[in-house]
Amino acid sequence: MAMEVHKVDGVLVVRLQGELDHHVVEQIRDEIERELAWVRHRALVLSCRGVSFMDSSGLGLVLGRYRSVSSHRGRMALCEVGPSLMKLFELSGILKIVPVFPDEEQAIAHVKEA
Amino acid sequence: MASKLNSDALSDNYMRIQFASRSENESFARVAVAAFVAQMDPTVEQLTELKTAVSEAVTNAIIHGYEEGPGEVRIECRIRDGTVEVVVEDDGVGIADIEQARQPMYTSRPELERSGMGLTIMESFVDELIIDSAPGRGTRVIMRKTIAPKREGH
Repeated sequence: MAMEVHKVDGVLVVRLQGELDHHVVEQIRDEIERELAWVRHRALVLSCRGVSFMDSSGLGLVLGRYRSVSSHRGRMALCEVGPSLMKLFELSGILKIVPVFPDEEQAIAHVKEA
Repeated sequence: MASKLNSDALSDNYMRIQFASRSENESFARVAVAAFVAQMDPTVEQLTELKTAVSEAVTNAIIHGYEEGPGEVRIECRIRDGTVEVVVEDDGVGIADIEQARQPMYTSRPELERSGMGLTIMESFVDELIIDSAPGRGTRVIMRKTIAPKREGH
């Protein structure tokens, strides 16, 4: 699986791993949604530390989770975003709606405030 | 071998691959192109950009061209004077309105949770992008990216 999941104080932390293309995204999207149900879609952190490749399908995954979490009035944050991923996020406008933090701790603290 | 063949075409280095339109081949396609282009000594950034653009074109062929059904995707890659040209081709349904497809955030398949950023990413990550398509005639995407600046007197 291209991810590792854990929960910290009602926050779902998903550590994405490997290459996030259309093929992989189709496989992990439903699993993230199932895990989100456990925290009632209230708080999600996507850690990009282990991501070695991402294209617009990966952006679709991130945007889709943002829509899903915000429709439940939850909060979401990204963290540990490398330079080539940052370029993709900038291009897509995701940075205007989802905050990015240098590490998981700060991202978790952000989504817990509310 | 004595060659009286078309010397122009033969002087370029090129490679061709063809593969089944299946999502598990998206990774193979971009890695194959990257491996071929490695001989041009690209920067990590250039290689990542090219891989991303190839991934977008191949994914489009699979999702939109063949609508996730059976088909064949072909890639031709050619190196000329420090520039790489990648052609991604399918025999799928084609694109009726290319200008509309080029709009950022546009997606013809909103039910698939696509970002609508594929063509925008391709345009940003290569130097030249040509899309040749018509309904029922398949799609041909031509991308050119300069890897090394032309040397003086070359």
